[in-house]
Amino acid sequence: MPPVSEKLDAFFTEKMKEYPTRRSFLVPMLLYTQDELGYLSREAIAYLAEKTDLPELEIRNVISYYSMLTTKPRGKFNVQVCTNISCMLRGAEGVFAHCKKQLGIGHKQTTADGVFSLEEVECIGACSWGPAMQVNYDFHENLTREKVDKILEEYENKAKQ
Amino acid sequence: MADLVSHPDEKKVVSARFGKGAANIERYLELDGYQAVQKALALGPDGIINEMKASNLRGRGGAGFPAGMKWSFVPKESAKPKYVLCNGDESEPGTCKDRLILEHDPHAVIEGVMIAALAIGAKTGYIYIRGEYRYLVDIMRKALADAYAKGFLGKNIFGSGRDLDVYWHTGAGAYEVGEESALMESLEGKRGIPRIRPPFPAVVGLWGGPTVINNVETLASVPHVIMGGGEWYANLGTPKNGGTRLFCLSGHVAKPGVYELPLGYNLKKMIYEVAGGIPNGRQLKAVVPGGSSTPMLKPEEIDLPMDFDSCAKIGTFLGSGGVVVLDDTTCMVKFAQRVIKFYQHESCGWCIPCREGTDWLKKTLTRFHAGGGLKKDIDNIQYLAENMLGRTFCPLGDAAAMPIISIVKKWRSEFEDHLNGRPCPYGHEEEKQLLPVLSH
Repeated sequence: MPPVSEKLDAFFTEKMKEYPTRRSFLVPMLLYTQDELGYLSREAIAYLAEKTDLPELEIRNVISYYSMLTTKPRGKFNVQVCTNISCMLRGAEGVFAHCKKQLGIGHKQTTADGVFSLEEVECIGACSWGPAMQVNYDFHENLTREKVDKILEEYENKAKQ
Repeated sequence: MADLVSHPDEKKVVSARFGKGAANIERYLELDGYQAVQKALALGPDGIINEMKASNLRGRGGAGFPAGMKWSFVPKESAKPKYVLCNGDESEPGTCKDRLILEHDPHAVIEGVMIAALAIGAKTGYIYIRGEYRYLVDIMRKALADAYAKGFLGKNIFGSGRDLDVYWHTGAGAYEVGEESALMESLEGKRGIPRIRPPFPAVVGLWGGPTVINNVETLASVPHVIMGGGEWYANLGTPKNGGTRLFCLSGHVAKPGVYELPLGYNLKKMIYEVAGGIPNGRQLKAVVPGGSSTPMLKPEEIDLPMDFDSCAKIGTFLGSGGVVVLDDTTCMVKFAQRVIKFYQHESCGWCIPCREGTDWLKKTLTRFHAGGGLKKDIDNIQYLAENMLGRTFCPLGDAAAMPIISIVKKWRSEFEDHLNGRPCPYGHEEEKQLLPVLSH
C-alpha cells in the first residue's frame, strides 16, 4: 500500500505519462506527497523511489535541494514570513519578530501543540504588497501586527475544528 | 489575491485582461482569446518568427535577449522532439509580475506557448510554475483542462492537422531554477543545477531535444504581437526595445504595485508620478532598477529611460522589471547584507566562486553591519565580489556580486560610518537580535 491516498497515486501515474522519462514529474510528486502527509517520511521516499525507478539516495538528493521540501514533521500550519528586500523595507523584520513572540517559537521551530511552525523565508513574489507571509499556500499581504494577530487567530480556530 | 493598481500613463497590453475574469475560458474567448494562435497557424513558422523579429520583443525574464532571434536558432530538422518551456519560476526579489499574469490571464500564457511551438515545430510545451504559487498552479491546471475540453489542445488543433500538448509543472522552492538550464534539470526531476553552455537549449535542451525557453511575460506578450503585428508592437517602445512591460514598484513608494508602461518610460517619473513618490516626507536614497541582482542607482542617476539599452549604458540592467525604492532611513550596509543573504541561501553550490564567495560576503557584511567591521573589509568586500564576476556556470554568481559592488562603490561612506564598533546609525534593533557578531 502506498503511503499516499489512492487518488494521489493514480494522479501521479496519469501525470507521469506527460513526460518521456519516469523521474521527470519527481519534484511536483515530492511536493504533493508532502502536502498530503505533512512531510516526506521514509515510507514516502521509498514509495517515490519505486514509482520513479530511482535509488532512495537519489530521491533524498533531490529533496535536499529544494527549500520547500522537508523530511521532518512540521506544524499543521507553516507560517512563512518573507524578510527579503521589498518586504524588509516595509517592516518585515518586525512582522517576523511579532510572529516569534506570539507563537513562542523561533525560525524552523514548531509549537508544542503542533499547530504552527514558523520560518523566515526568501522572496515569495509579493514584493508590491509587502510585508507578506504565506501560511501553507495562502498569501497574506500588506501586513501589520494587528493583521498578523487576526490571521494567526483564524488558523488557531481552524485547527480546533 | 494581490490588489490591482492603475495609472493614466499605463499602456495596457499584457495586462489588458487583468480584472476581467479572463481565467475563465468563455470570458477569454469573449475578449478575443485563442484568435492569435489561429492567425499564427495561417502565418506558418517563418511568418510567426518574422513578426516576432519585427516586434523587437526582448526576453522579460531578465536577460533581454530578442525572442524572435532565440526562436530562429532552433534547427528546422531534428531527430529528437522539440519543446517549449515557459519559465514561471519567478523568484527574483523585487519581482511579482508573472504572478499577476498567471492569475488573471493564464490562457494568454498557454496561447503564447502554443504560438512558440508552432514557430519552432514543437508538439509539446510545459508551463513551469514556482511551488510557492500553488494557487496559480491550480488556476493553470484548470485553464489547461478547459483548453483541452474545447479541443484547442491535443489532436488536430483548430482543424490544422497539427497535434499540440501543453502541460503544467511545479517547482518546490529554488531561485536557481529560474536560470534556464537549471529549469530544464528541475523539469527532468533533478536538482536544479545549471548545465554548461554551449550547447544552448535551442539546440540541445530538454531530454536532449531543441528547446525554446521564455519567461511568462514574454510568452503572454506573444499573442498580442501576432494580433497587432510586429511593427505595431515595436512602436509601443523604443528602437530595439519593443513593446511594454510590467514594472513591479515596491519598497518606499506611496503607491506600490505592478504597472504596465512602455519600454523607455522615465524611471524618475515612474517613482514620483506613477508610484506616488516617497511617503512620509522622506528623501530618495537608492533604487534597484530591475530586481535584486541589478546594480543600484543613486538619486542623480534616475532620470533614465527604462529600456534594456539605456540601463546598460549607465552600467545597470532592466532585468526582471522589479523596481525597489529605498528612502533615506535605509542603511545600505544592512541592505547589502540582506541581498547577499538571499544569494548565499540560493546558490546551488556547483561553482566554487559563487558558493564560497556568497558565504564570505554574507559573513563579512553581517559582522560589519553588526559593528564588528574593519576598514580593510570594505576593499575586501569589493575585491571578493569583483572576483566572482564571470567565473560561474550560470549568472547567479554575477547576480550576487553586482549589487554589492555598486553599493560599496556608491555608498562607501556608509560603510565607514559603521566602523570601529559603532552601532548601525540606522537602528534595526530586531535585526541585531537575529544576527550575531562573528569573531574575526
